[in-house]
Amino acid sequence: MSTNTKPAIEITGLIKRYGQKAAVDGIDLTVYQGEIFALLGPNGAGKTTTVEILEGFRNLTGGKVSVLDFDPATKGEAGRKWRNKIGIVLQSTTDAADLSVQETVEHFSHYYENPRNVDEVIDEVGLREKAKELARNLSGGQRRRLDVALGIIGSPELLFLDEPTTGFDPEARRAFWDLLNKLRSEGTTIFLTTHYLDEAEALADRVGVITAGKIIEIATPATLGDRGNAPARITWLENDQMQELETSEPTAELKKLSARFNGEIPQLQVIRPNLEDIYLRMIGENR
Amino acid sequence: MKTLKLGLLRGRMEVKVFMRGRESVVFTLLFPVILLFIFGSVFQNTIAPGVTFSQYFVAGMIASGLVNTGFQQLAITIPMEREFGTLKRLRGRPISVSAYFIGKAYLVTILMILQTALLLGFGAAFFGLDIPTTSGKWITFTWLILLGSACSTVLGIAFSVVPKSGRGASAIVSPIVIILQFFSGVFFVFSELPVWMQQFAALFPLKWLTQGMRSVFLPESFATQEVAGNWELGRTAIILTLWLIIGLIFSIKTFKWSEE
Repeated sequence: MSTNTKPAIEITGLIKRYGQKAAVDGIDLTVYQGEIFALLGPNGAGKTTTVEILEGFRNLTGGKVSVLDFDPATKGEAGRKWRNKIGIVLQSTTDAADLSVQETVEHFSHYYENPRNVDEVIDEVGLREKAKELARNLSGGQRRRLDVALGIIGSPELLFLDEPTTGFDPEARRAFWDLLNKLRSEGTTIFLTTHYLDEAEALADRVGVITAGKIIEIATPATLGDRGNAPARITWLENDQMQELETSEPTAELKKLSARFNGEIPQLQVIRPNLEDIYLRMIGENR
Repeated sequence: MKTLKLGLLRGRMEVKVFMRGRESVVFTLLFPVILLFIFGSVFQNTIAPGVTFSQYFVAGMIASGLVNTGFQQLAITIPMEREFGTLKRLRGRPISVSAYFIGKAYLVTILMILQTALLLGFGAAFFGLDIPTTSGKWITFTWLILLGSACSTVLGIAFSVVPKSGRGASAIVSPIVIILQFFSGVFFVFSELPVWMQQFAALFPLKWLTQGMRSVFLPESFATQEVAGNWELGRTAIILTLWLIIGLIFSIKTFKWSEE
């Protein structure tokens, strides 16, 4: 967790209605500079609506948002100055441009006052071998990495990523996580939405769970949903059968078992609920 | 200054992308030349002393070219860019909508120059098109091209909000252009069309562009064959300017980055 407590994003009482239906129903949230914040939630929970309000793509119905001390809905020159400091990776892009990876990244680099080095960015997202390939010929995962390259080309202070690793293979996902950790170490604040709980666990300093337009909890991945105190499951082999017991004091139970077996417990496993178990329980309770 | 620089950067990129799209090159750039070849080969008759139909037709096709490369091309591709998220991605960057428009205008200008050169070259080589020799005709030609393409560009951007989807855009835009071509005297001699058709066509820019181009490419004597008995260049300038203003207002007021 970052020690920097200056806010990068401040959301107070955010409401977004489409007709009568509230897609976002009163959200309060602060994201601090230098941290990676992950917003988790099922489809239709209001993740994308929230992010797109922060990015300035949608107008809010009520409440207040401030992104890098700026109202994202501002138009004109001031808005463009602000966008110079923001990187955006949208949920999906399907435009099949007849430009190569190199040409696309190069082109977009000219939009920014302080762009990163084009070749460096292509290396970082792992598209070196595809640099001369037209965007339309890339696979889904490669395409997504090009989107990420275009998100970071302007050296953003704040990077928005809406489900960034959809379509990545496991290796590409690991490489992508390394990249985000590197960006964070350089001081970039990252706001991401994701479906993948392991991704949130591996990357995020804090996670927020949103369902039906409301944030039900904000915590570190280790403490979300009272995870630290959730009962653990112990399994072992006894009398040729797997035995199982659930306890909130696993160490005490292990001592007892160990005494019973005179030391080694056969095929011992202590299983803590993972983030996914906790998350599914949380959104289940709030349905 | 930055807007102009980014606009030109976008324009060069747009030209590159356009030239790599085989369908767009054939459909937008070569199609008028193909039409000229077909009509020129089928109708070899003379419509007035010293004026063949193919000469009459080249003038119409050059005027149509302005509508194809500007209005038609933009009114089809912008909804596609909106649907595919190209515009939304642009919206999230430090670039103004004017830079995007400048890029489009640059693309239209390049396409129009290429298409006009192709039609002039092809017409002169195969269908006896007389290239004008007096400076007066070239001046008329130049202002018609400039005003016509500006008009066509802004109307294309303005009309781009009409198609509900990128895929459906072509089905809405292309028939409008083809009908206007028939009504405006591109495929037929204008003065031989029914009067209601002539009057309907006179509401839109293409009829005036076509007539203006005839004043450039047909002999002065042909003016008396026109419906009004002369080329009506003054009226043409006024009507094109009116459409330019209407298009400009609508394109600024109604332009959308996304479908939200």
